[in-house]
Order: sequence, then C-alpha cells, then structure tokens
Amino acid sequence: MKMIVVALALALGLGLATAALARPMTFRLPAETSRLKASTLAGYPLAEGECGSCHSRDYITTQPSGKGAAFWTAEVTKMVKTYGAPIPDPDQAKIVAYLAATY
Amino acid sequence: MIHRRQFLHRAGGLAAALVGITRGRAWAGGDAITMPFSNGDRPLVQYDQKRPLIRLTERPPQLETPFDVFDEGPITANDAFFVRYHLAQIPTQIDPDTFRLQISGQVKQPLSLALAELKKMHTVDLVAVNQCSGNSRGFFAPRVAGGQLGHGAMGNARWTGVPLRAVLDRAGVLAGARQVALEGLDQPALPTTPDFVKALDLDHARDGEVMLAWAMNGADLPWLNGFPLRVVVPGYYGTYWMKHVSQITVLAGDADTFWMKTAYRIPDNACACVPSGGKPDKTVPIARLDVRSFITNLRDASTIKADTRTVVRGIAFDGGHGIREVALSTDGGKTWRATELGRDLGRYSFRPWQTTIRVPAGAHALVVRATSKSGEVQPSEPRWNPTGYMRNVVESVGIQAA
Repeated sequence: MKMIVVALALALGLGLATAALARPMTFRLPAETSRLKASTLAGYPLAEGECGSCHSRDYITTQPSGKGAAFWTAEVTKMVKTYGAPIPDPDQAKIVAYLAATY
Repeated sequence: MIHRRQFLHRAGGLAAALVGITRGRAWAGGDAITMPFSNGDRPLVQYDQKRPLIRLTERPPQLETPFDVFDEGPITANDAFFVRYHLAQIPTQIDPDTFRLQISGQVKQPLSLALAELKKMHTVDLVAVNQCSGNSRGFFAPRVAGGQLGHGAMGNARWTGVPLRAVLDRAGVLAGARQVALEGLDQPALPTTPDFVKALDLDHARDGEVMLAWAMNGADLPWLNGFPLRVVVPGYYGTYWMKHVSQITVLAGDADTFWMKTAYRIPDNACACVPSGGKPDKTVPIARLDVRSFITNLRDASTIKADTRTVVRGIAFDGGHGIREVALSTDGGKTWRATELGRDLGRYSFRPWQTTIRVPAGAHALVVRATSKSGEVQPSEPRWNPTGYMRNVVESVGIQAA
C-alpha cells in the first residue's frame, strides 16, 4: 500500500470525523524506461515519436526477432487502420524499414 | 476531437509528471528474468501492491506472474496476480465513495449504484481461474505477433461480489434484449482508437455465476486488477473480465465493437486451430478455457536424486467442468500413470495434483496431461492459430537425476 496515496490533506484539515467524505485514491506508475534501438535510419526517430505516443516501446522490442518486413508492415498497418494512428503513408514505410532492419 | 499536436504535448506533460513523482521506484534490485524463448529477456519490476513481477510492457502495464508462484498453492496471491491492460490511459485516480456503476440501455429502470449499495446486496463468492487468451503465446511455433507471454498470465482467486444477474434484475431487462456490454474506466490514448468494450450474451450474463466482484482472496481488488470493481466470468478467458467496470449496457442486438467483432476471435472449429502459418476461413469470439496442467515444483534442468522417491506436483484446470484426472509421464509421454488430485475448490479453480516418482540416473522428460470431467484431454502436439490464443499442449519439464 506504500504507493497508494489516500488524499489526506482535507481529512487532516477537518479532522477524523469527516475523513470519509472525500478520499480519492491515486495510483502512481513507474517512470517509463524502455527505448528503441538507435539507428541512422529515418524511421528510427519516427518510430520513437509515432509508436511511442500511444504505447511504450517495449510493445515493439519484445516482439519475436527477425520476422521481417511483412510482419512489421502488418503491425504498422494494424496500428493505422485498426487503432487509428495518424501516421502519413511515407512515414509508415520508413518506420517499417527501421523495424524490419532492427528487430 | 483532440488535435494531434495538442495530444502529443499533453502526453509529454503527463509523462514528465509521472517521472517527477516516481523516480527511483521502478526497479526491484535491477533483477531480470529470461523467458525460455528467443528475445525473452524481461525485467522484474515491483508495482504498488505487487511483489516483483515479470514486466512485458510499461504503458499500459502488462505484468506476468513468475512461475514459481504457482507452487505456493492453488490460490494465487493478490500481490502476484498477473496484470493485463489494452488501452494506454489506465485510471490513476478513483474515489471509491463517488464511484458509480451505471446500468443502462434496454432496461426498465437505469441504475447508478455506489459500491456501498452493491455491497448491501446478497454477496456471493467463488474460486475461479482468470487466464489471458494469449497466455503462453511466446511458445507458439512459428511465433506470432502479440504479447510474448510465458505461462504466467493466469491466476486463481476467490472472488467476492454480487451476481451480475441480481443487478440486471434490479434494473429490469426489457423483453428482446440480446447482449450485455461491459465497459471500464480505461481509455485509449487516441480518440480514434476503439474503446475497450466486451459483451456477453444475455443468458450468459444472467447465469447467476457471472459476477461483479470487489474483492479477491478476502481483500479489496488490487488497483491493477480492476479496483474497485471488476467482472468475473468463471470458465471464460480474461478478456471478458472487465476491470474497473463502470458501465453496463443492455443491448437489443449484438455488440458492434472492435473488441468483439475483430479482436479476440478464434478459428470456428473444434480445435480453434489452423495449420501452422495458415489463416482461418471463419472465426468466432473466444470463449471457454481449454484444459491445461503444469508441473510447478520442478523446472527445466532441475536435478533430483536418482533411485529415490521424489514428489512431483502441480496444478490443472479447465473451463468449468472440473478436472477428472491428471496423468504424469516420466518418459516423454510414452507411458502414463495417474496422480492424486488435491483439494477441490470448485470446478472453476486450479486443482492441485501430486505424485511421487523414482527414476534412475540420467535425463528424464516429465510430461503432465489433464483430462476434464467432460472428457477433454490435452493434446500431445501443439495447436496453432495466428493470434496465439488457447495454447494447451501437454507441457514437459526436462530434469536430471543423479
């Protein structure tokens, strides 16, 4: 329960009798640490930004390795078509090229 | 609609805020684990209310139970129970006093129920396994896209709550209703991403066993397991067990959501499988757990004493018929012997099993195979599907006797 923070400020101010009136609880998530592998390919910064805007990078880095361009094309297409990621077509191709060459 | 530039700015600000309040808390001694498949290095990370768990992803968090936990007994401790989310914006602030469960749609009387009101209703409890559809996906060959899980996206708990039927009856379901849609507090990162909504057929939702639970193993739900309220669908895969459930909508037709119509579907055949690398012609929504069993006290490369009685134990479960028999082989599946079943906590629970073996010096492949009370037997060869769901091949452990 260490990191569950019961908002006690109000309760402390008003005394224990009213403590039950307002106790929103919050959950703290650890800082994100996963990163994509650096590359000189144009798709590297695009993948960091576009993919990372919706999910942590370990969604990419934990996928099976060496699956090739068809696998990554399917994944990027799914993100755009199914999950609505607004990635322009030329950037999609660059992201796929980076992912297929790197993972 | 949020403009993209605004969205990115907002997301950046949120990330910065989270960094500020949690620096230095993420790692549990820098420990890591390597899953037994390629690209299987994972950090062990401790989140609030949890012991160090195998982290698959950070945003949203997906945490897997280290397999040793399943040898602690048939009930999985709350602080070890796996975590799986779909959408990046998981709730981080909830006031249990002002939290309301809304029931609407095809009902006589829409309801808005506080937790306290739910807890005043007739309370039930039930032991049931919650298993992710993609549990063990990392073992698929050929490998498939998706969360690369070992065997730890499962757990067994005693759930306490009210039958969903009681809440639906209180609202009064109108004649002709078809399905019940379930929605939680989590939200997608982009407004264009389909919200996570699942649905059960009305008869299923009203079977008296599907539950709205606020407690597991006698304590409030851990935050990451759906605090303050989640759906429990005994015998069914975890995708239906909506966490942080806040909205129940009775529908006149079938739920027309991405998460029912496109995702979480399996080949429409008896094995839920296709030839490796193939695609199914027709699919149906994933439903009941298939039968599985595991050895929990020995792992690959464990050493035991040769020509000495040694205990082998583990767990078995299925989608709700209960376990009839668990058989063990010490010769890679050529010959089998029965094992002794342990305490029966109900037909949706892990069922412990145990036996003793005595083997000569050398390498031995231990294989475990469960049969359900409906006669379903674990297959000897893995079944394959392109989404990596429902693995239930007999599992083996290679040990050394010396």
